Amino acid sequence: MLSRVANSLYWMGRYIERAENVARSMEVNSHMVLDLPGEASSQWAPLVTITGDSAAFNARYDVATPENVIQFLAFDRENPNSIISCLSAARENARIIRPTIPTELWECINKNYLYVTRTAISQDVFESPYEFCQSIKLASQTFLGLMQVIMTHGEGWHFSRLGRTLEHADQTTRLLDVKYFILLPTVDHVGLSVDDIQWAAVLRSASAFEMYRQKYGVLLPDRIVEFLLLERTFPRAVLYCLDMAEESLRKISGSAAGTFQSLPEQRLGQLRSELMYMRVEDIIAQGLHEFLDNTQSRLNVVGSAIHQTYFA
Amino acid sequence: MRFDQYDTGNFYDELFEAPGVPRPGAQLLVDRIHSLSEGDILRRQAAAEQALLQMGITFNVYGADGGTERIFPFDIIPRIISGQEWKAVEAGLRQRIEALNLFIHDIYHDQHILRDGIIPRDRILSAGSYRAVCAGLNPPKDIWCHITGTDLIRDEKGSFFVLEDNLRCPSGVSYVLANRQVLKRTFPYVFHQSNVRAVVDYPSHLLETLKYLSPNMHEEPTVAVLTPGIYNSAYYEHSYLAQQMGVDLVEGSDLVVDNGFVCMRTTKGLQRVDVLYRRIDDDFLDPQVFRPDSMLGVPGLFDVYKSGRVALANAPGTGIADDKVIYAYVPRIIKYYLDQEMIIPNVQTYICEEQDDLAYVLDHLDELVVKAANESGGYGMLVGPHSTKEQQDDFTDRIRNNPRNYIAQPTLALSRAPVIVDGGFEGRHVDLRPYILYGKDIYVMPGGLTRVALKKGSLVVNSSQGGGSKDSWVLAD
Repeated sequence: MLSRVANSLYWMGRYIERAENVARSMEVNSHMVLDLPGEASSQWAPLVTITGDSAAFNARYDVATPENVIQFLAFDRENPNSIISCLSAARENARIIRPTIPTELWECINKNYLYVTRTAISQDVFESPYEFCQSIKLASQTFLGLMQVIMTHGEGWHFSRLGRTLEHADQTTRLLDVKYFILLPTVDHVGLSVDDIQWAAVLRSASAFEMYRQKYGVLLPDRIVEFLLLERTFPRAVLYCLDMAEESLRKISGSAAGTFQSLPEQRLGQLRSELMYMRVEDIIAQGLHEFLDNTQSRLNVVGSAIHQTYFA
Repeated sequence: MRFDQYDTGNFYDELFEAPGVPRPGAQLLVDRIHSLSEGDILRRQAAAEQALLQMGITFNVYGADGGTERIFPFDIIPRIISGQEWKAVEAGLRQRIEALNLFIHDIYHDQHILRDGIIPRDRILSAGSYRAVCAGLNPPKDIWCHITGTDLIRDEKGSFFVLEDNLRCPSGVSYVLANRQVLKRTFPYVFHQSNVRAVVDYPSHLLETLKYLSPNMHEEPTVAVLTPGIYNSAYYEHSYLAQQMGVDLVEGSDLVVDNGFVCMRTTKGLQRVDVLYRRIDDDFLDPQVFRPDSMLGVPGLFDVYKSGRVALANAPGTGIADDKVIYAYVPRIIKYYLDQEMIIPNVQTYICEEQDDLAYVLDHLDELVVKAANESGGYGMLVGPHSTKEQQDDFTDRIRNNPRNYIAQPTLALSRAPVIVDGGFEGRHVDLRPYILYGKDIYVMPGGLTRVALKKGSLVVNSSQGGGSKDSWVLAD
């Protein structure tokens, strides 16, 4: 497979995942603020914080009103992590690899992008982002479904899954980081329903609420952290994503399970096995923020190693 | 929606032999259209456009906010050609390609045709598309023009003429395939009943043609399509053809010359490429041989090609055969190499470098179509009857300054076909570009791209000049 093509498959997977995560957070947030008393509007700023683009936001928008945040996260082409930018980048990458991917997959990406450009010029979405976010999520899931059933699960497929799972692992750490940061200082609220609402929103942003309920019932911060980081059977948990990413790397290089041939396999294997044997109490004890920060840096190291090994 | 008001004018109409009388083979289609309401037809037109948009067959409109993309205009009323007529066209195209290939080979070898005085030597040497570096080259199987798109037109009597040969990197074939895909959804019943010859197998024929050129006798050949990249206006076509053939689509930066071979950079290291269907012009192929500032090509590619370790389709140098001055000699070229009379005639052509022709052209600029010899896409062109005095004066200067670069032809009353305009049908001028593949055999695609000059009265069908397209149905006998 051409290195350039592998690179595009990887980034196509990443960008589609990123767009879906933004849509998910937006949707959950728009629901959550309806349930929150009084100071609700202040709850839009954290959405920008998750993406790590607060500086860019503040440079161009005065206040984190719902309209501004939605505009920035969904339709702002100058924000490289906005939905429209991600889907545009996913589409450019898909265009580069059109010969490699099935036509239906390309048309799915293309249609979704055209939908966003149409929506960007209508005002409905600011009233209620629900339908828009649903459409983005649905398109992303259609994309995944098509990948699953009509594309050969060969090298290219694994590059795309690699990109998607690493992106998702990264997004989940960001989501947790921001929410934990906001929630912890508000000791006063502990045990109040506001806290419950916010934790439920964290889980919902990862589409994990119902699965969590089935496993643990009560909303307990430590268990939520455990579920989102260390649950090996839940596809949106970090460890699950790393398992998948590692498997894809091995399929690409041809290494046997438990062995490695390349730098990215080595780095990812190291991170994955640490998580696998870790207890959530260890994580909390060392500081969740420090742990998440460290995990993000190490995911970046894996990303660079992939670039050096396969795309350069 | 009815054709009752449709005016065929004083032109050959592709769908009607007289007002209200469909041509044989078009009756089913016309009946079907009559049975549909205006709303139905317009909905089908809109659905076809939407389908093309979703397929991503678009070009960018620069300057528009938000990177607006548009499809190339498409009209859902197909153009129909009878099987009988097509036989002659097919035979004529085979004849032409065979002769042109012999001509190119001769020009880069012994130049018999020049020694025998059929074409003046300086006409060749002065052509912008003549590539001295190709002299003495022997492309695989002595085939130079593997993929050709020949522009055909009809006059007011309905006779076909060749208007232009395109032997470099003719584009448009993906529109033929996409238009067909869309039209099959638009008029499924009529399509089925009309017994239309298939074009869907073009990518298979293309792949066969390319594999046939492979210099690698030991393994299954590795074929790739070489594109300038996603910003090229024909990128959709490059990617579509690569996908349909199941081969890699590469850019110059993916290729490297290693140890005498052309290789692709892959995730598993370098991999040899045997055949390149290159969709970049000669000038950009190899900065060491052609334009040194080219970023699109591959340094050293030409040397590998010369040594016979990679095949290029089309071969560098084929442009000499579609120079518009050389075009005027094609009847003589066919006679010379095949000893045959030309089956599809040329359009009468005045060569401005000839004294008598020049005088005639300058005297009749308001009647003639003047074309630059080495340009395409409808650029560098004057349509006399539609031109202003200033434009004619401008061309007088240009022709006098560089007569070698200009030819002129009578303004032809191109045939017309009905298109949907404002809820009715109006006639618009059309041409036809069939695609011809030269590998083990010569394959002529049944049909081709029907281009439509959408501007009322316009004779210029090029997409860059406001042209659109139609599906072209060649009926089986």
